[in-house]
Amino acid sequence: MAYSFPEEVLEYVFSFINSDKDRNAVSLVCKSWYEIERWCRRRIFIGNCYAVTPGIMVRRFPEIRSVEIKGKPHFADFNLVPEGWGGYVYPWVVAMSRAYPWLEEIRLKRMVVSDECLELISKSFKNFKVLVMSSCEGFSTDGLASIVANCRNLKELDLRESEVEDLSGHWLSHFPDTCTSLVSLNIACLASEVSFSALERLVSRCPNLKSLQLNRAVPLEKLPNLLRGAPQLVELGTGAYSAELRPELLSNLFDAFTVCKELKGLSGFWDVVPAYLPAIYPVCNGLTSLNLSYATIQSPDISKLISQCQNLERLWVLDYIEDSGLDILATCCKNLEELRVFPSDPYGVEQNVALTEQGLVSVSEGCPKLQSVLYFCRRMSNAALVTIARNRPNLIRFRLCIIEARATDYLTLEPLDAGFGAIVENCRELRRLSLSGLLTDRVFEYIGKHAKKLEMLSIAFAGDGDLGLHHVLSGCESLRKLEIRDSPFGDKALLANAAKLETMRSLWMSSCSVSYGACKLLGQRLPRLNVEVIDERGTPESRPESCPIEKLYIYRTVAGPRFDTPGFIWTMDEEGNTPLGIA
Amino acid sequence: MEMDKQMIQENDDLHLNLRLGLPGSDDTAKKTSGTKRASSDHQDTSPPPTKTQVIGWPPVRSYRKNILQQKQEEGAMYVKVSMDGAPFLRKIDLKVYNNYPELLEALQNMFKCSIGVYSEREGYNGSEHAPTYEDKDGDLMLAGDVPWEMFVTSCKRMRIMKASEAKGL
Repeated sequence: MAYSFPEEVLEYVFSFINSDKDRNAVSLVCKSWYEIERWCRRRIFIGNCYAVTPGIMVRRFPEIRSVEIKGKPHFADFNLVPEGWGGYVYPWVVAMSRAYPWLEEIRLKRMVVSDECLELISKSFKNFKVLVMSSCEGFSTDGLASIVANCRNLKELDLRESEVEDLSGHWLSHFPDTCTSLVSLNIACLASEVSFSALERLVSRCPNLKSLQLNRAVPLEKLPNLLRGAPQLVELGTGAYSAELRPELLSNLFDAFTVCKELKGLSGFWDVVPAYLPAIYPVCNGLTSLNLSYATIQSPDISKLISQCQNLERLWVLDYIEDSGLDILATCCKNLEELRVFPSDPYGVEQNVALTEQGLVSVSEGCPKLQSVLYFCRRMSNAALVTIARNRPNLIRFRLCIIEARATDYLTLEPLDAGFGAIVENCRELRRLSLSGLLTDRVFEYIGKHAKKLEMLSIAFAGDGDLGLHHVLSGCESLRKLEIRDSPFGDKALLANAAKLETMRSLWMSSCSVSYGACKLLGQRLPRLNVEVIDERGTPESRPESCPIEKLYIYRTVAGPRFDTPGFIWTMDEEGNTPLGIA
Repeated sequence: MEMDKQMIQENDDLHLNLRLGLPGSDDTAKKTSGTKRASSDHQDTSPPPTKTQVIGWPPVRSYRKNILQQKQEEGAMYVKVSMDGAPFLRKIDLKVYNNYPELLEALQNMFKCSIGVYSEREGYNGSEHAPTYEDKDGDLMLAGDVPWEMFVTSCKRMRIMKASEAKGL
């Protein structure tokens, strides 16, 4: 059979296929399609930087323009992954600097990035346009200076919650006067003051600037001028939102916001003085996204604001909103799709705000499009969860954190198995679930039975024994990421479901009951997994094999064991020998 | 489905094909024997360590934690506010307000009470509630008597009383 289509035609057809899944499927059709596809793939997503090597990537895909790489496991966000674990982007940048002179975009999450890295990026890619570093660390404002000075076509610089060594704000002044290409700038995580005049000039000479997130050091007085220089802004993160009460500033700010007809997203709001909130009333009706999660304002002020934002699709807020504010949200914001409520006092023992499960129930009743929830609270009941589940079968993300570990149903004092069971049973499209409260193996039975589309599951202080883990591993067909802490899951369930681990991106278990012996067995049986034992007490060889290890990270990989592990990580060997790692 | 029910009823032991066939190991692997993890003992139903801080719980990102802490350190003046008859106390940051009227409006909204207008001679007579506070010396004072700045620095705690009870101040 001869192909009637020349390569160029196939390539043209493939150029319309952008999703990774589809491209991967295309590449499996036949050798010739594999070849054509690999030459025309422009964008690659690497969910685990250790699942594949830079060498493999550049060998297979020679013409990449856009790379996205993720490093540390999610629990690194909560300090469960020790310092020095890994996730270095340097080898990737080195390989790409040689193979991809036309690279345009780099997006990183939870990776370690050095100033040398940033300098190498700035010098290697002539057409570099987009740098997004989400929750990254290891670099300073000097590295930023190289990027902005050398990347002549820079469109996006987004530092999203990264930990940056802030030497000074001087780096911003390294943007050349000729730079007019900026579309997105997010410096919210930086502490030092940047030159306001440089910032103002930069903002006003970039006609395509759509997203600007300032840092706290930009005072409120500077905001009106900045806004006037960029009336086309779609997303704004304010700096500090406080000043002495001055009527001229308030009206100046109000007038400036009036000009921003395209504004859809607002964030920032550090140090909010409620008296200045009315300045944003002109844009409230157009807002689809509002992030008040750093704003320590109380419920009445929050409610007043929200009641004007009838088109809100996404709200992030502190629990100061209270049940009363959530009632108002439920009444006014019928387009709400995502709600995140963060705790204002996570370590306090007493309840400091009038926010309970009722607030979430109201929102689940009032907002028919609600699909994504992150909710911190201090009490919950099975009845409330059942109601939420029945109200919102369209939920796709449900992350509930009851602040006290192993908290029972506050009404019946029972475990919350039935409540979460109702969630997975009713919400058939659920992709992400985080559990909390007192939970037995029963909840995992429900999850294994019903959560067929679940891709990511987070478990803490839950379950009775191996059976719980077994239910999850054997029942959740779509599971990709599983992270567990402080739960009595051990060897049996892992070993019985070892093959399942190759179908997932990764498994994290810390303070569980997995023995060193089981880890060795897993490493032996499944050569395409890296089984990493993390133990800060010294080599596990010095303890009996039945002894549980501190932390375990298992991920599938075609790269074999990695060689950048620190002294407290041992990768289990295929041969069952004394494992690799610095002893 | 039958199998599943059995497995659940079995409760304790999984009848699984793969076994831990390692020399010297037994099912005690399930028990927590690590030395370091006192706070994560989970084998029994003992109450959780609510007072001791467990690492990474509740799961709040350091980024967010730092911001909230900064806010609290930076000269915020948090004081507890109670109202007679209300089930829980509130905490407010006095630095957020610029004068007594702003503070009183916020309190009225927060506690759904009516405080009315202050007068030097009459205090809050005529309104239902009166705002009082405990100052540095431990004395119970009527809010409004001293200049605002002085109030902010000397106020330790506030209490909203029924106006009838505040008459003696």
